[in-house]
Amino acid sequence: MDEGKKLHVHDKVFLSLPLLISIIKLSTTAILFYDSLAFHNKHFCTLAKRQMLSMSTNNLSYSDQGGTDSAVEVGQETTPTSSNAGAGFGLFSVDFKKNEDLKEMLESNKESLKLEAMKRVVGLIAKGKNASELFPAVVKNVASKNIELKKLVYVYLVRYAEEQQDLALLSISTFQRALKDPNQLIRASALRVLSSIRVPIIVPIMMLAIKEAASDMSPYVRKTSAHAIQKLYSLDQDQKELLIEVIEKLLKDKSTLVAGSVVMAFEEVCPDRIDLIHKNYRKLCNLLVDVEEWGQVVIISMLTRYARTQFTNPWKEEGVFDERNERAFYESDEEKTRDETEAKPYMMDPDHRLLLRNTKPLLQSRNTAVVMSVAQLYWHLAPKNEVSIITKSLVRLLRSHREVQYIVLQNIATMSIQRKGMFEPYMKSFYVRSTDATHIKSLKLEILTSLANEANISTILREFQTYVKSQDKQFAAGTIQAIGRCATNISEVTDTCLNGLVLLLSNRDETVVAESVVVIRKLLQIQPTQHSDIIKHMAQLFDNITVPMARASILWLMGEYCERVPKIAPDVLRKMAKSFTSEEDIVKLQTVNLAAKLYLTNSKQTKLLTQYILNLGKYDQNYDIRDRTRFIRQLIVPNDKNGALSKYAHRILLAPKPAPVLESAYKDRDRYQLGTLSHTINTKASGYLELSDWPAVAPDQSVRNVEVIEPVKEWAPSLGKTGKSKPAKSSDDKFYSDSGEEEEEKGSGSSSSEDGSSSSSEESGSDAESHVQKNSSQSSEESDKSSSQSEKSSSESDSEKKERKTKTPLQKKTVKPTAKDSDSDENGNIAKEANSSSAEESYSDSDSDSESDSDTHTDSDSGTEHKKETKSKAKPKVEVKSTKEVSLLDLGDFTPAPVTQHKSSVLSPSLLGDLEGLSLSNVSSIIQVSGPAFVPEKSHDLLHRMTGKGLSAQYQFPRQPCLYQPTMVSVQISLTNTTDHPLEQIHIGDRSPTGLNMHCFNTIECLEPEASVTVFMGIDFNDSTQAANFQLCCRRKLPLSGLLSLLYPSSSSSPF
Amino acid sequence: MIHSLFLVNSSGDIFLEKHWKSVVSRSVCDYFFEAQERASEPENVPPVIPTPHHYLISVLRHRIYFVAVIQSEVPPLFVIEFLHRVVDTFQDYFGVCTEAAIKDNVVVVYELLEEMLDNGFPLATESNILKELIKPPTILRTVVNTITGSTNVGEQLPTGQLSVVPWRRTGVKYTNNEAYFDVVEEIDAIIDKSGSTITAEIQGVIDACVKLTGMPDLTLSFMNPRLLDDVSFHPCVRFKRWEAERILSFIPPDGNFRLLSYHVSSQNLVAIPVYVKHNITFREGSSQGRFELTLGPKQTMGKGVEAVLVSSQLPRGVLNTNLNPTQGTYTFDPVTKLLSWDVGKINPQKLPSLKGSMSLQAGASKPDENPTINIQFKIQQSALSGLKVNRLDMYGEKYKPFKGIKYMTKAGKFQIATR
Repeated sequence: MDEGKKLHVHDKVFLSLPLLISIIKLSTTAILFYDSLAFHNKHFCTLAKRQMLSMSTNNLSYSDQGGTDSAVEVGQETTPTSSNAGAGFGLFSVDFKKNEDLKEMLESNKESLKLEAMKRVVGLIAKGKNASELFPAVVKNVASKNIELKKLVYVYLVRYAEEQQDLALLSISTFQRALKDPNQLIRASALRVLSSIRVPIIVPIMMLAIKEAASDMSPYVRKTSAHAIQKLYSLDQDQKELLIEVIEKLLKDKSTLVAGSVVMAFEEVCPDRIDLIHKNYRKLCNLLVDVEEWGQVVIISMLTRYARTQFTNPWKEEGVFDERNERAFYESDEEKTRDETEAKPYMMDPDHRLLLRNTKPLLQSRNTAVVMSVAQLYWHLAPKNEVSIITKSLVRLLRSHREVQYIVLQNIATMSIQRKGMFEPYMKSFYVRSTDATHIKSLKLEILTSLANEANISTILREFQTYVKSQDKQFAAGTIQAIGRCATNISEVTDTCLNGLVLLLSNRDETVVAESVVVIRKLLQIQPTQHSDIIKHMAQLFDNITVPMARASILWLMGEYCERVPKIAPDVLRKMAKSFTSEEDIVKLQTVNLAAKLYLTNSKQTKLLTQYILNLGKYDQNYDIRDRTRFIRQLIVPNDKNGALSKYAHRILLAPKPAPVLESAYKDRDRYQLGTLSHTINTKASGYLELSDWPAVAPDQSVRNVEVIEPVKEWAPSLGKTGKSKPAKSSDDKFYSDSGEEEEEKGSGSSSSEDGSSSSSEESGSDAESHVQKNSSQSSEESDKSSSQSEKSSSESDSEKKERKTKTPLQKKTVKPTAKDSDSDENGNIAKEANSSSAEESYSDSDSDSESDSDTHTDSDSGTEHKKETKSKAKPKVEVKSTKEVSLLDLGDFTPAPVTQHKSSVLSPSLLGDLEGLSLSNVSSIIQVSGPAFVPEKSHDLLHRMTGKGLSAQYQFPRQPCLYQPTMVSVQISLTNTTDHPLEQIHIGDRSPTGLNMHCFNTIECLEPEASVTVFMGIDFNDSTQAANFQLCCRRKLPLSGLLSLLYPSSSSSPF
Repeated sequence: MIHSLFLVNSSGDIFLEKHWKSVVSRSVCDYFFEAQERASEPENVPPVIPTPHHYLISVLRHRIYFVAVIQSEVPPLFVIEFLHRVVDTFQDYFGVCTEAAIKDNVVVVYELLEEMLDNGFPLATESNILKELIKPPTILRTVVNTITGSTNVGEQLPTGQLSVVPWRRTGVKYTNNEAYFDVVEEIDAIIDKSGSTITAEIQGVIDACVKLTGMPDLTLSFMNPRLLDDVSFHPCVRFKRWEAERILSFIPPDGNFRLLSYHVSSQNLVAIPVYVKHNITFREGSSQGRFELTLGPKQTMGKGVEAVLVSSQLPRGVLNTNLNPTQGTYTFDPVTKLLSWDVGKINPQKLPSLKGSMSLQAGASKPDENPTINIQFKIQQSALSGLKVNRLDMYGEKYKPFKGIKYMTKAGKFQIATR
């Protein structure tokens, strides 16, 4: 221990003091200290004084106190090694010295000394000691170059800034500077600390920093900004509106890294703003598997709430056919078909289905919290016949840690009450082991009881028999209660259970007997007629039973059924009269009851006894008993005043009473959402968000259609970001100006004009890739993302397709003012020709946009048919309008001829080498394509065969680590020669920007007609999102080259 | 989310605290201590304790309570899972997770906790990423650091954090490339007094130790993948591929990790590898009891049963025992009444047995309950479920790795009722 080594003179004195040293000697030393400290700190003195006073009386207790209270309050540190008696004093002296010493070290010039000092300071913080007085010395080091030192200073700052707000402000400028650092880790950590300093004055600065970071290039920094939102919100709730804006923006972020954090911020700041989710719903569903596990939990629970407000109840019908409910689990198939045949009007919303489908794989997660949250999602959202798929996973969780078991069992307990069938096949997994913790045991018992039915009750009872013999008596008692519940629930076994319980009455263990008595009492109450034997038996046992609750139960039974045991009851009362004074309160109360009841039924024998007991009760210490006695006396003993009431005494006291219902403690837990803290503690935890009921009528589904609402947004949900940066660019201006007349125009010579039109518009897949070719990282990033979006969502269900169809006309309407455009487009060639002349036109953002939209709707990747379909549908839209930002394809020639999609074959790199050929080059036109791709299976057009004069190139990110350098991203490019003559010397020409490191493929000597070859490139994007531009050159009659830009795939798809 | 964390040792002292938001006074732990006092066993402390203003969620590992303070609604499993992840990380970093180890490395612990949570929300929990951010302490590094003044803290954002394979660090290099897989199965069983199986299930895991250069892409296929019906994967496993082809395809993390865990449930027939013959009787009125126990192998597929350890909690009435083992050693603790017998290896020709008498409290009536017997054992080179790895292939790298697969069966919670 660091502190141990730094002992000082005084400390040593204390250490060397033998324990036997006289109290007097100690106290004199203490006084010395006290003097020396006096000038330093008044508070301290008083404390020391007080301590010494107490010390003089009791040395030991003093030191104890000193070790805990004063250490914390005064802010010093104990030396762990100091002797018991000396600890209290050692503390004062040493710590002062030590902190001085730390201060010196912190102010020294040596990094190592500072680091050493900071480590010790962190040690103090960790132990909960106060180190706040070092603040000025520490805060100076905030700008240190040494990263570890810096980090430790951050730790310190976050801990104490709240207390020392003025001094904390000194550090702010350092953070502001660091926020501009080129290293994303430093930017992120600066933002983290800045936002963790809970100093209200800097709220505006924080706000600014958050806004800036929310549009940072690095997703890691954006993630940090999402975290900072919550911190700022808790510091100053007035910022809510501004923060919601940031959240809205971040929700549109396509990075999986950001998704979890921003949803967390959403939940914290504005969980009621469901409208923010609409447009991001499908994206979130599709990203879900790729989000880190903690984010998954948060997103799933948010989506559960969302779904309950947006979709209609999938269980409705089942409410009608109630009996079938249970069967549905076993015969899910059958049920399904019936669902259809019986013409149920319910149709599940495709988005609802999407959510269920995309969460299902997460049941295999290693993270128990994720599994549980999927389970609760299915429980609350899935049609009844699908819920059972979660069973297996939940049972698997039972093998996890004790605490996990506890929570999972609780949830299963709640589920098993409503849906026995779900867990019945796994009954044996709930068998109790002798090594289980008590609360686990009782939960398992609870579940077994809920699962019991006529078929399995015998197995369960046999199992219960062994539990009753358990050495854990609390558990045994619980088992007896469980038996009681089984007995009431299943009438076939009531008698068996009762007999078994009666046998237990002779058990040696008191708790077992007592519990049995209580349970028997409840059972007898349900069917009292035939059981006077049992009552007699219990009366015999009465003397041996000492547990108050059991005695009270027997007494109550005697009273209630005194007519069945007319001989015994008075005798029991006689015994009770003798021992009345020494009984527990609850027993006394029941004795009074018994006496009253006997008095009414058998006053001849018991009158005197009753009088006696009532007299005893009258003077009891407990006012409940006195009250009861007074009440009973007035009620049963007739006198002049209250004659009216005593007439009814018999009916009041001996009224038939309803039998108690034995039911589970988990019966009503389902009012809380499963898996929540509130469910676990069975009260509403602060911040618990109710799960709303299903809406009777589903709200408008179209709100989730990303593209329909606002044509501009459809392209880039992250519009806000780019919107700002865009107008600056001249080329963009063109888009806007064009928008009206937009026809298919191609920037044929487009090399210089960056905005060109893509011929590849036919391919819905390739459209998505078209991008603004500028290196402006922002816009390219955007397009990158949005295309990713389109890809992701393309995997949506078939039903989407239908949706799309219906929507297309709608879109046309909103979007396109000029019908002429569309016509001309449909006759693509005409349009093309007309436009080809205008080279400078950026033709169609609109083209690429609308295409990508349609892409989002359809399963375009899934099959070529789909693609065609999309294509034809999408076409009309093409020229309709231009959106602000765009991905463009610049193509030399544009021919809207049908394109056959070439699927690149995947070859191993070694093979590729062999296939490569040789020749030389000629550069002519430059083609700009920027393409995003995430899913390995999906390839994108880099160079269309028309633009490439017969050479077509497609690329894809195989998501394999790059062979050439670890920092490189490998890109697989497949080149196809569609001309009728061989192409020679295909190679990479100029590239830009120069900063990007590229590993080119070897020159391909010759590519025969109709042949294709796959090559690998490595590109180091430097973690940035800038496009990689390069020229693809080859030699043949028609020279060709392309300036191609590739975008770094910012988000990824996971193994799932 | 998680507000603060307190580490409490078994004697009830808070030896470390960490706050992610405003400081919560450690007096909040008093509620925890109360619950701790009430609980008869350390394990019986309820994992979730509500207090007037906070909620305490705790886990107990290595006899240390990790108490998280929560202020508002959060899925309790979220917190519990995170706390366990913290413990795993500590264990990974320091070898053991004890009070002493944590105190010795308090700075590293603090740096780790700082990285793992931001504002109470988990930030980086992947061990490969953490190790790039904060290097684990080793003796060599400590020496180097003191001399050169370099630090344990990485200066760059770990590449994995942003990449598509966040679990693997880049630029891994080894001279010996090797990949080892351990298939470990634990059998949980409850056997009744007559020797018939009440419930038996197998919990299996495949733990891997992969030390391969670069970015290898591995596929692992099984002879009988149908056994793997209920599985959970490390995030690196490509789920789609598993669904379609029943092949595990993954880019492994660097170092040790748990590739998958699976569960063969009680519905499948599970072969029980050992049997126990027992005869434990207490006679009414006498102060003597008889104790006989014999172990034998059964359905072990020809593999030897090793490291057998029998333990049993005898009834409270037993004062002492006088037993003779034919092999191994036995101990009986008269205070806790715990009998344990370290058998070692079972020789099928000469079955080990433990026989003798127990002395009971004079005058006391005979104990109600008969003890349950817990057994631990190991069987090398066999996986009880019959799971077999077919082949392991590597793509994406050119070298030939050394591959190894080991099977083992262990007893999990294997208990036998004697009455």
